Amino acid sequence: MNIIVLVKQVPDTETKIKISGDKKSIEQGDIKWVINPYDEFAIEQGLKTKETLKAGTVTVVSVGPDRVVEALRTAVAMGADNACHVKIDQEMDTYLVAKALAEVVKKEAGQLVFSGKQAIDDDQAATFGYLAELLNWPSASMVVKCEITNGKAVVQREVEGGTRFTIELPTPAVIAVDKGINTPRYASLPGIMKAKKKEIKTYSLADLGLGSEKPKTTASDFALPPERQAGKKLSGDTTAQVKELVRLLREEAKVI
Amino acid sequence: MSIYLIAEHKEGKLKRVSLEILSECIRQGVEPTCVLAGDGNMDSAAQELGKYGAKKVVVLENAELKNYSNEGLANAFHAYLSKQSPTAIITGASWVGKDMLPRLAAKFQVGLAADCTEFKVSGGISARRPVFAGKCSQSLSFSGNPAIFSVRPNVLALGEPKGSAPQIEKASAEVGQIRAKVTEVLSSGEKKVDLTEADIIISGGRSLKSADNFKILFDCASVMGAAVGASRAAVDAGYAPHDMQVGQTGKTVSPKLYIACGISGAIQHLAGMRTSKVIVAINKDPEAPIFQKADYGIVADLFEVVPLLTEELKKLKAHS
Amino acid sequence: MIDFSLSDEQLALKDMVRKFVQAEIIPNAHRFDASGEFPHEIIRKAWENGLMNPAVPEKFGGLGFGITEDVIMNEELGAGCLGMTTSIAVNTLGLYPILIGGTDEQIKHWVTPFLNEPILASFCLTEPGAGSDAGSLSCHAKDEGTHFVLNGSKMWITNAGHAELFTVFATTNKELRSKGTVCLVVPAKSPGVSLGKHEDKMGQRCSDTRAITFENVKVPKENMIGQIGDGFKIALKTLDKTRTPIAAGAVGAARAAMEYAIKYSKERKQFNQPISNFQGIQFMLADMATKIEAGRLLCYQAAWALDKGQMKVGSYYASLAKRFSADMAMEVATDAVQIYGGYGYTKEYPVEKIMRDVKLVQIYEGTSQIQRVVIARHLLED
Repeated sequence: MNIIVLVKQVPDTETKIKISGDKKSIEQGDIKWVINPYDEFAIEQGLKTKETLKAGTVTVVSVGPDRVVEALRTAVAMGADNACHVKIDQEMDTYLVAKALAEVVKKEAGQLVFSGKQAIDDDQAATFGYLAELLNWPSASMVVKCEITNGKAVVQREVEGGTRFTIELPTPAVIAVDKGINTPRYASLPGIMKAKKKEIKTYSLADLGLGSEKPKTTASDFALPPERQAGKKLSGDTTAQVKELVRLLREEAKVI
Repeated sequence: MSIYLIAEHKEGKLKRVSLEILSECIRQGVEPTCVLAGDGNMDSAAQELGKYGAKKVVVLENAELKNYSNEGLANAFHAYLSKQSPTAIITGASWVGKDMLPRLAAKFQVGLAADCTEFKVSGGISARRPVFAGKCSQSLSFSGNPAIFSVRPNVLALGEPKGSAPQIEKASAEVGQIRAKVTEVLSSGEKKVDLTEADIIISGGRSLKSADNFKILFDCASVMGAAVGASRAAVDAGYAPHDMQVGQTGKTVSPKLYIACGISGAIQHLAGMRTSKVIVAINKDPEAPIFQKADYGIVADLFEVVPLLTEELKKLKAHS
Repeated sequence: MIDFSLSDEQLALKDMVRKFVQAEIIPNAHRFDASGEFPHEIIRKAWENGLMNPAVPEKFGGLGFGITEDVIMNEELGAGCLGMTTSIAVNTLGLYPILIGGTDEQIKHWVTPFLNEPILASFCLTEPGAGSDAGSLSCHAKDEGTHFVLNGSKMWITNAGHAELFTVFATTNKELRSKGTVCLVVPAKSPGVSLGKHEDKMGQRCSDTRAITFENVKVPKENMIGQIGDGFKIALKTLDKTRTPIAAGAVGAARAAMEYAIKYSKERKQFNQPISNFQGIQFMLADMATKIEAGRLLCYQAAWALDKGQMKVGSYYASLAKRFSADMAMEVATDAVQIYGGYGYTKEYPVEKIMRDVKLVQIYEGTSQIQRVVIARHLLED
């Protein structure tokens, strides 16, 4: 079974976000790039699935500039068999990335796609679903348990308030995984050495027949959140204070 | 401009986020056409939409929508909306919205913006959304029609429910082929929330005076779906087990909301919860260091405040 | 042009070890320090992820890493917990004599099992009466034709309680001093081998340290590495290779101490401001950073020379690195505790452990005093 895993390279969560001068993006200078944490679960799930089925290959794909090759090599060091890089140096959005990925999945004769449930930079949580629709495949997200057998996937997905659905979907399918589905293995040291020599397939948008495509959403006006206000001590009698607290938590702080 | 709001319901009861989006549109002078889809029983949801200002509600019905299906919903909405020349399609960023909307957007071959906290539908269409886990936000503009985006629940305010019965148009939901099928619904019941994963934590200090007294915190926590923590002093005194300890030698937590009850705020404790998004302190002592770190503080006896808080929260929960 | 950058693989290696340390070592370090128990599980995980035995050459199925890679790994491990670092890294020390002085058959026989299973080896040189004066071995190997008979005791042997194999340095004739020494591979379960108790140490407490007693232990001739007379040379060549990674471990521990101190100084407020505003604290931090960078660079320089085969100058650089890094790590850790004040003196905060851990680096693998002797000898030779 040809398993494809979508991998995105994102800034490390510790990165201090600085807005660029033109406010169209964030400053790239000091960023430490890592594999999107949810995609690590996806890579692990791809590898586990291959191991359980005792057959198939795991191909990782990433879209972005040259630096994403490092993320691909780390995935190979974890055990992925092949890696594809879709080289895009321009602005991207969910539409463009999903279109590119759809072409790669077709070219690589993918039969199952694993993805993380969202990328921690744009937090869109949309690529997996967009891709599935473009491929005309069924999809499931926030998957915390997944078993692949002959021609189908049986998954458990989180819904809300502790409820889960068991969903059966025929393969080929796109499955977006959530934290808790597995514990990603480390890139082993022998893996790192082997990954160095691995050939990575590179595609341009033109190679995928998408040479003239442009994103359909444009980001601008990046802004930092307002400064944390100095704390306020509430006043009035205790009952009034509690009512006011609940109101503030809901309407001002928006945490309940 | 034709703005469409895909409203969401659960077994006939409308989800609050749909009303939040509707209210915001009305505030901007726009009346969206609302669309509901399900296997039936959507009349009261449609009426609720009317109460908050919807003039027209389209109800798409199909027995196959009894169980959740992202494809079924996306197919049904697309089949109807593609005939309407929508300028924008908006829905709530609930687990349903997040799962269904990308498929719908792909059918329209347009981009989408997920989990927006602000949007504009009058004089142009744009939306603002948080990125990098909320460390900053961005504006998104859309090229091509329709503009598609989802809105984060619990952010926008509800309007006044002074509307009247809407015009209801019923049609069959063209669900197409549903391949991913829900075969089981599993309720885990009261799951004990892990401290390090909890979104909301209420913690108690030495002032709780006994392990039994921690019950008032547990009662409050269960209304909020929160976890309960303790300071080192409380743990050392035997009022709480070590696995509840938040702090330097306990757990480090980073919830959206941290409520510290009777906790002085010594540096060991702060080390464990400093990065909480919002900190509330409840303490009899107005000089307690915790007030310097707290966003909101109540100087009063926690034994008075916490039960009152529990009551207020119960009222709030009933309303949504 | 001097290039101070690490290659992509070296960066990937550093990254991977750091991740492992954050996930597996740091959350558990305090617990193992308190109990002194041996971190079996963590060592097994380290082995599973290829973190052990990095120096075994590729032709025997190993990674064939050089000292530079070993230095990178040890700095990251040391930043997590020196006790665990020692437990993991000492395997390399235990097997190096075989890799350095053994025949291919001996390496295949004795070393490859370590690549197939998470088993441990110990390097047995030090004796109760032979520490800095490592040449004056008393442990005696009597040549009886087909085998040696080993009698004597060893002291402060790391991993002794859990090792499968000991590489033992003994003398066949005390009068010949180093020229009579021999290196023998002794399976831990050999009859006559007995272990002392796990020493209750000040620091690196989870690292298993024991005395070993050999009573008429029969060691077949095939277990001899090199010839009679080669023993001490093999020991020294081994230490030449391991000295630098040990120094790197100290650099890592110092780095961790400094990072904790920086973080704390920004949080702790006195006189209405974070103590990081005070120059007294700032100067301490500046000095810590300078020492750590210098220590690291000495390690890299030594590693570079040794990897290039420049063993003589490499050994000299290694002594510089060990002497400096061990001593500066002790200073840095002490200053970190100072910055934490009263809190730092308690086990609730991580810095007192680092201070206790790094003290040992000034003592083992050649004390800082012996390193100075070696350095001076190098400077004064004609």
